[in-house]
Amino acid sequence: MTQNRPWIPYALILPSVVFLCLLFVVPLVQTIWLAISENGVPSLANMRTMAGDLNFGRSLINTFLLTLAVVPIQIIMALTMGSMVSKMGGGRETILWIWTIPLGISDLAAGMVWLSILQNTGYLNSILFGMGIIERQTAWLTYQTPVALFIGIAIAEIWRGTAIVMIIIVAGLNQVPKEFKEAAEIFGASQWTRFTRITLPLIRPALQSALILRTVLAFEVFAVVYTLGGRNFPVLVGEAYNWQNQNQNYGVAAAYAVLIMVISLAATLVYLKAIKVDPERLP
Amino acid sequence: MANIVIDNIKKSFGAFQALKGVSLTINDGEFVSLLGPSGCGKTTLLRIIAGLETATSGDIRIGERSVIGLPPKDRGLAMVFQNYAVFPHMTVFENVAFGLRMQKADEARVKKQVEKAAGLLHIEPYLDRYPNKLSGGQRQRVAVARALAVEPGVLLMDEPLSNLDALLRLEMRTELKTVLQEAGTTTIYVTHDQTEAMGLSDRIAVVHDGRIEQVGTPVEVYNHPATRFVGSFIGNPPMNFITMPVNNGQVAVGAQTFAVPAKGSEIVLGLRGETVERTSTGQGLDIQVRVAEPMGPHLLLTGSILGQPARVILPATEAVKNGEIVGLKLDASRLTWLSPESGVSYPVAA
Ligand SMILES: Nc1ncnc2c1ncn2[C@@H]1O[C@H](COP(=O)(O)OP(=O)(O)O)[C@@H](O)[C@H]1O
Ligand SMILES: [Mg+2]
Repeated sequence: MTQNRPWIPYALILPSVVFLCLLFVVPLVQTIWLAISENGVPSLANMRTMAGDLNFGRSLINTFLLTLAVVPIQIIMALTMGSMVSKMGGGRETILWIWTIPLGISDLAAGMVWLSILQNTGYLNSILFGMGIIERQTAWLTYQTPVALFIGIAIAEIWRGTAIVMIIIVAGLNQVPKEFKEAAEIFGASQWTRFTRITLPLIRPALQSALILRTVLAFEVFAVVYTLGGRNFPVLVGEAYNWQNQNQNYGVAAAYAVLIMVISLAATLVYLKAIKVDPERLP
Repeated sequence: MANIVIDNIKKSFGAFQALKGVSLTINDGEFVSLLGPSGCGKTTLLRIIAGLETATSGDIRIGERSVIGLPPKDRGLAMVFQNYAVFPHMTVFENVAFGLRMQKADEARVKKQVEKAAGLLHIEPYLDRYPNKLSGGQRQRVAVARALAVEPGVLLMDEPLSNLDALLRLEMRTELKTVLQEAGTTTIYVTHDQTEAMGLSDRIAVVHDGRIEQVGTPVEVYNHPATRFVGSFIGNPPMNFITMPVNNGQVAVGAQTFAVPAKGSEIVLGLRGETVERTSTGQGLDIQVRVAEPMGPHLLLTGSILGQPARVILPATEAVKNGEIVGLKLDASRLTWLSPESGVSYPVAA
């Protein structure tokens, strides 16, 4: 049918292309232009303002630290959870369903959940006080307790974002026929060897997707941080938000946005290079 | 020595009994097939021997040592899986070397063993390739080479040829036989294909519904099936079963009479289609031919004997028309007599 009307496939994808251009490419180009221009002429003024800002260094470091802490833990947890689930017979769906609940909660709501646990009058203090471990309410989320604040934010992020990694990993694990692991077992591979030499290499594509997705999302962390730490823990997106809303300086906000995008693209590129997926070496 | 004793193995999956007490002894260096229809429990038994599945009760001894509770790697065996399970992310060399690597064999031994196994299975040209580039038959060879490279005492194979096309299957069958004879490995071979089992095995264990119905050499099992099931499962066309009247311990077939061990008034004759000779009607067993099909090497007659469906085979030189009645002379030494009630055959030479 499409042989004598070759334009049909193009016509069919046209709406989505137009849609993407209008809502993605155009704003993207506008943002980049906004970041690298001033009063309509090309300029690095916004970039300089951004880089010279007091919070710039801290927000950059915080964002990277958080990503470095959260992503590996999430991947390891997701691998562990996925492996555990794959060994289960009954109840598997229920457990998966429970584990994916945080996925259905917006990041702002997730921040609120952890705020209710970690704030001065929160559940954590109540429990610690009840058990007699602390004498009085302790503050965990102030600029005087940066480590506790960082750990609190990291835990909230891990809680919120592990489910998506796990879903991707479980999907990857499901793709690995159990005969591979059984064959390895017959030939003398220990459980750990089976995991590292058979399972991990075979779920490379899933691992790569999960890492890219999770890392990009980690660089965009904002709502959870903002809820728990306010401005005590500056991150890149938070700075963009402040420049946009409080300082009404769209140029610098755009510079932050572009920086985040560049970091994300770079991270994606690193993963694509580092975890090569060779279709020839997959089942 | 790697003889295997399977001692009253039972296996239940919930309420479903997959194995209902299986016992079988396999001698050192012997090739034994587990032959049976799909779902009869062959794979389950093989997996229990391998240690990938736990038996509900019973014992497995390999080389006089009970292996129940031992992990697969401590049982001294290797396995070839139905879908090969050749690791896609390793080269053919590393696949074949896998077992040796797990044993932490030194590089010289790995190289020597891999080359030996690869030579046996003619896969040397592909050693640096990845399995995805290989055909089904080549992957099959890799799987067998991987198993032989560790020089296992026992080799387990689960329908290793079933994913190959017919021609390749025949070729691989011949090759497997040569290779395994050379290696002298005790082998348990699972298949639902009777020609494979007949061609390869020293002995065949016919499995049906979680039980072993008969164990014997291919010839024994073919000529003297222990049960009606075995007779109908093995052979193409399957064995004919014809219920006949018994008078004073004798069955009269035209001019022929046969003494039979039956106690009742009826007995079932198990007749292999190709054991008959043509004779004039009324002299032997008459078949009312419905369809005569020249098959090339022989002539296949489908019709009825004493009103019961039957298929027999005559030499290709015979000419038979559809609807004709043909007399068949029976060979007493090649008949099987079975109890009509239990379907179990009476002992030979009764
Ligand atoms: N893990 C299992 N859980 C439940 N039933 C099973 C399981 N494995 C096998 N069975 C059942 O046991 C019977 C025998 O299976 P199997 O040994 O695979 O047969 P075969 O290899 O002879 O085709 C089948 O009815 C199958 O459905
Ligand atoms: Mg099977």
